[in-house]
Amino acid sequence: MSTFFDFHYAAHMLPALARASLYTIGITLVGFAIALVLGLALALMRRSSIALLSRTTGFVVEFIRSTPLLIQVYVIFYVGPLYGLDVSALTAGTIGIAVHYACYVSEVYRAGLNCVARGQWEAASALSLSRWRTYSGVILPQAIRQVIPALGNYLVAMFKDTPVLSAITVVELMQQAKNIGSETFRYLEPITMTGAFFLVISLTFAAGVRHLERRLRLP
Amino acid sequence: MQDLEQLIPLLAKGTAVTVEIAACAIVLAVVMACLANILRTVPWRAARWVGNVYVEVFRGTSLLVQLFWFFFVLPLPPFNLALTPFTVAIVGLGLHYGAYGSEILRGALRSVPHGQYEAALALNMSAAMRMRRIILPQAMINALPPATNLMIELVKGTSLVSLITLSDLTFRARQLDEATLQTAKIFALTLIIYFVLAQCVVALMRRVELRFSHGIARTASR
Repeated sequence: MSTFFDFHYAAHMLPALARASLYTIGITLVGFAIALVLGLALALMRRSSIALLSRTTGFVVEFIRSTPLLIQVYVIFYVGPLYGLDVSALTAGTIGIAVHYACYVSEVYRAGLNCVARGQWEAASALSLSRWRTYSGVILPQAIRQVIPALGNYLVAMFKDTPVLSAITVVELMQQAKNIGSETFRYLEPITMTGAFFLVISLTFAAGVRHLERRLRLP
Repeated sequence: MQDLEQLIPLLAKGTAVTVEIAACAIVLAVVMACLANILRTVPWRAARWVGNVYVEVFRGTSLLVQLFWFFFVLPLPPFNLALTPFTVAIVGLGLHYGAYGSEILRGALRSVPHGQYEAALALNMSAAMRMRRIILPQAMINALPPATNLMIELVKGTSLVSLITLSDLTFRARQLDEATLQTAKIFALTLIIYFVLAQCVVALMRRVELRFSHGIARTASR
């Protein structure tokens, strides 16, 4: 065991880490899908003309954005059951990370909505489009196209935040690496490999986002 | 109400640790951000390569993975470098957020119009003076708002050091939770403390921003 980095050992645990990384990617994609929808809802609520609703949403978003994900996940996992929200660690973790990033995403949407030219709103109202048609047909397609790079960055950031869920016993990549390490008391290979997995997957995600961005760019 | 009085002093102890770690890590992050930018602009290819690898690796992997790497891997052979959890926390957070900060600084330095470099050069200013008197003051205006956000991220990131056995605010909250079972109250208090810390960062940075943008705004409106 005098070798610097035992490649044999590293190859031996590759399948377990690969499985865990699929799990991690699954959490990320499901969480991000929820965040995209919830974030849009939050952004629209914040633009509401009812002052109470928009103020409250604004405060909640600000509060969630400036407190740590770890504690929010603890709250869902440990405080939830006291109020009847009895969920598994995986569900609690996914909900936690989704809600946390929904607040970030809602700010991104808000920036996009603010960028849509005023004339577009006026044109939609001159054509007497309904509120729903105005948003779904005119405003959102323009707003969202602009913010896709920013949304993509949050996808990558979210993926890199999934190890936080190991604190509530979700067996994702980091937890798997720690389990492997604790069996053999060699942490160099598992944790280094985990880092490599994260690096490769987040670079892949980033490349995918860049590709999407090019595809959706207006001519 | 009575147990609230018992909870607060213990949480305050944790808050002190959190603030201490955050402050040290912010200083290290600023140093690392500057260092990474210097490395990436020097004329030696090897140094530029080191700077790029540093930024990409620390931005591309997870903060928790980095903290665990420093905490679990370094004390074992072949490194045999046992750091205290406190050092690991500061080094881990500082290096991680330094990498993000270096990108902010790079963007801000690039946002200064090229004519400013040329004008400073034409006035025969030395490189250090050019940086200190011309480029940095203008770059700072663009760098400070994203830097504030990053500092809030760092303060939030300190909660992860509880997982490497450091008794920060999150650690205390978990400990109290197990001891007193007043889960909801403790976590609500913890969230509020983190929120207040973030607001303090925002308020502090707004003053710094005001100081930096003072002269600029006046000349622009003239």
